[in-house]
Amino acid sequence: MNMVFDRLFGSGQHNIGIDGDFFSGTATVGGREAVIIGTCNNAAIDSSLAINVADAILRTVREDSSISRSPRTILFLVDTQGQQLSRHDELLGLNGYFAHVAHCCDLARRRDHRLVTVIHGEAVSGGFLAFGLMADRVYALPDAQVRVMDLRAMSKVTKIPYDKLVVLAEESPVFAPGAQNYWRMGAVDELWSVDDDWNRCLASAMIHTTADDGRACLGRERGGRILAAPIAELIVSA
Amino acid sequence: MSTKSVNYFEASARTRIFCLVDTDSFTEICPPQLRHTSPHLARLNAPVSFDDGVIVGRATVVGHKVLIASQEGKFNGGAVGEVHGAKLRGLMDKALTERPVAVLVLIDSGGVRLHEANAGLIAISELMRAVLRTQAEGIPVFALIGGSCGAFGGMGIVARLCTEVVISEQGRIGLSGPEVIETVKGVDEFDSRDRALVWRITGGKVRRAMGDATRLVDEDIGAFRSATSELLEKYAENRLKPSDLASLSVAHARLAARAQKYDTARDGRIMFQDTGFTDLEGVALMPIEDFNRQLGEVV
Repeated sequence: MNMVFDRLFGSGQHNIGIDGDFFSGTATVGGREAVIIGTCNNAAIDSSLAINVADAILRTVREDSSISRSPRTILFLVDTQGQQLSRHDELLGLNGYFAHVAHCCDLARRRDHRLVTVIHGEAVSGGFLAFGLMADRVYALPDAQVRVMDLRAMSKVTKIPYDKLVVLAEESPVFAPGAQNYWRMGAVDELWSVDDDWNRCLASAMIHTTADDGRACLGRERGGRILAAPIAELIVSA
Repeated sequence: MSTKSVNYFEASARTRIFCLVDTDSFTEICPPQLRHTSPHLARLNAPVSFDDGVIVGRATVVGHKVLIASQEGKFNGGAVGEVHGAKLRGLMDKALTERPVAVLVLIDSGGVRLHEANAGLIAISELMRAVLRTQAEGIPVFALIGGSCGAFGGMGIVARLCTEVVISEQGRIGLSGPEVIETVKGVDEFDSRDRALVWRITGGKVRRAMGDATRLVDEDIGAFRSATSELLEKYAENRLKPSDLASLSVAHARLAARAQKYDTARDGRIMFQDTGFTDLEGVALMPIEDFNRQLGEVV
């Protein structure tokens, strides 16, 4: 992880503690302190990981409201294979834990914290919904894997031949895995390449982040999700 | 409202709306006649629906103005695609200008529609943000759950974002369905054919006992209507207070304590036991009224 931290923040510019699949701390980006909350090792998000994330968000909101400084940007560094699949977590109501994380993101946003996600590994399905997709802006590093389900599994469930899915995936971004597809649909703002200066990209991202949800409009502009914005507008204006 | 008893579980999405709201009060927005279907299903030669599996509109319930959405579980398992999700999200945004007493979401969905999985996942995250924004503006959102698909996947998360969750005994809430867990982790982890076990993990009674659902009602739509109108009455008198650091800290402590207390639990029997039920085998058959009374004595 330290290599990613160094490239994102510069060496010596971060103070992050890793505990298993979870890490948190602070880093300096563009001369300003940001709060870092992340997962690694392709973490399966379970109730305790969700509690860790929520706890770090609430702590940040609490700290920044008790002293007179402008609310810090919260940076989610995402790597998740999805939600934990277990009877135990279902019994606890894992969906409720994920909803709680979303509530905490919403509070932070209303308290003028900007929320920025950087996907440094996988961002999959329910795990991504809980951790990452609720940010104001989402960026993907070169190796980022973003998906709901791979095409073989999708073929099995939908009974659509795998070969047909592969062909259709060439022309439509709506079901096939890939950060590029999420970019076209407006859910990933930028794809950062190996050659990019991530520190500079991040500093610029943090300055330009606003709290509005413009993803549907972005998806329409980029041609990957052309119905979401007009249908929602149709309902609003009816 | 129809006076004869209609079973919520068996009713269609449209019937649920008509039995829930005041007679002749429902106006559909973006009705099937406009044929906003999913182009993604069509491209995969899968059947489409003229309302993409969700009905949205305005109505009144006992005179209270509401916006209402109802998912059709019989179309693709109520799953959320691009159009379906945009209708729900648009309805939440509409609440900001129309200021209804509440937005009612009749959830009957397994979550993301796999045929357009990326679009569905993004749509649900947009819906999540929209639900939170609506509540932050002081407008409550109610989830009503009692259909065959329950509230799973992303819609299970949406359900738990809602201000109130009204559920029937057959209603289920969760994240990953038992079949998915069994397929990936094996039958020893979760036997999806053990209906009693499935019910003790995800069913209406265990969710109510744990406080994840705020009302447990009978299968009759009239019971959903009564509970909804009582809740509307409550919010018409006292405006919803948006969540703040104090309220979320309380919610956080409760969830953290639950995870700690039940760190090895794998069966809902313990939840019934801890909420004061002595006859653990009898809970399943217990009439709703008695069940609620029992919880009332404990709470």
